[in-house]
Amino acid sequence: MCLAIPGKVVELFHDERPTALVDVVGVKRRIDLGLLQDDLPEPGDWVLIHVGFAMSRISEGDALDQLEMLTMLGEQDAAMAEVRGLGMTEPDERGSP
Amino acid sequence: MKYVDEFREPALITRTVEEIKRLADTQRQYRIMEVCGGHTHAIYRFGLKDVLPSNIELIHGPGCPVCVLPMGRIDDGLSMAEDPSVIFAAFGDMMRVPGTHGSPLEHKARGMDIRIVYSPTDALKLAAKNPDRHVMFFAIGFETTAPSTALTLMRAKAEGIRNFSVFCNHVTIIPAIRAILDSPDMRIDAFIGPGHVSTVIGCRPYEWIARSERKPIAVSGFEPLDILQGIVMLLRQLRDGESKVENQYKRVVPWEGNRAALRVMAEVFQLRPYFEWRGMGFISQSALRINDQFAAWDAEHRFHIPGVRVTDPKAAQCGEVLKGVLKPAQCKLFATECTPERPVGALMVSSEGSCAAYFNYEHRKASTLTNISVPA
Repeated sequence: MCLAIPGKVVELFHDERPTALVDVVGVKRRIDLGLLQDDLPEPGDWVLIHVGFAMSRISEGDALDQLEMLTMLGEQDAAMAEVRGLGMTEPDERGSP
Repeated sequence: MKYVDEFREPALITRTVEEIKRLADTQRQYRIMEVCGGHTHAIYRFGLKDVLPSNIELIHGPGCPVCVLPMGRIDDGLSMAEDPSVIFAAFGDMMRVPGTHGSPLEHKARGMDIRIVYSPTDALKLAAKNPDRHVMFFAIGFETTAPSTALTLMRAKAEGIRNFSVFCNHVTIIPAIRAILDSPDMRIDAFIGPGHVSTVIGCRPYEWIARSERKPIAVSGFEPLDILQGIVMLLRQLRDGESKVENQYKRVVPWEGNRAALRVMAEVFQLRPYFEWRGMGFISQSALRINDQFAAWDAEHRFHIPGVRVTDPKAAQCGEVLKGVLKPAQCKLFATECTPERPVGALMVSSEGSCAAYFNYEHRKASTLTNISVPA
């Protein structure tokens, strides 16, 4: 429940609220940066993602370790299902970019 | 199945285990509680119990939000969704949690409109897309998750989305630790502090445990080496008669926490006078409710909540397991009537619940694997 998924920031958006496009093992999703508003990441930075929100910035090395960790805990599939599901609110949207 | 010797840096792990063996006084017992369910899962997954000296006992704490939610709250949430205009939205973790008349998934099979969302903002988006329906988001989680719910509520208010509400079941970790320490049948020597909760609250809130309760605490990461290093920190403190807060997980956890997250929580939530925890009873100031400025988005304000109270099935001993009084396998229902496939109690539902972790890694292993390898 509290496990966090690392993603690499690809692009920042400064609309009415800060968001970013992140890449998690090749899957790209828009996430919310509202909890990092005091210290916004830059493209290329890594963040830990929890329920669609970036919760902290981490180093690339720690991000890769965390990915390995999720795999070893057997939670990678659940994590990727979560990432793929972000922004998808209807069953028919699944699998679309 | 992977064990610590297959993990990164086996040599460092071996050295850390050696250090633990040096530090652990063979004349005494150590009871160390890992508060967080993520740690419980990792401890079983990596077979850490098997590399520790036998006089170090790991007690599994209350840090699994699905596990500590009383069944009555699930019934309350489902009762709101009996109204056909309501869409019940929740994280996937909630879907198989049993209510009195079945889990959310079973209610879905009977025709209730129940959706899995991966973020509270997706529940809000669902409301924006379905203006003729009402979306009720069943919010659970500790301080890791509560700030995301808070920001979503601020957004609902800012954007004037009125057909959205949150059934708030967010709980806070510090009062649960206090309740454990106050419980007469508990004897804990030290705590492994939760990793991701602490990215939000920081390390300062634990200082009272160290100061007034004289218990060492080490906030730790989730890798085998993190947990073992946390145990080294605790054993050193116990050896030296110290009790302080140490941060093993500095690479992710700032001492002061995440101020932006704490700010949004303070804006949206206030403490409930008390809240019921499964297996632990009522704990004062242990949960969050939505404050009056956001009452229009508070499901407890908008709906009639029956306030169901359900005692756990008598034979299921979730409470004793949750408090560490019983081991999972000592429960009468363990692996017979209660399995991860057909859970009776919530500790069997989540992979972070101690019963599910024990079932998946100890019980199944007993029939398939007999040999645990310790890094040489």
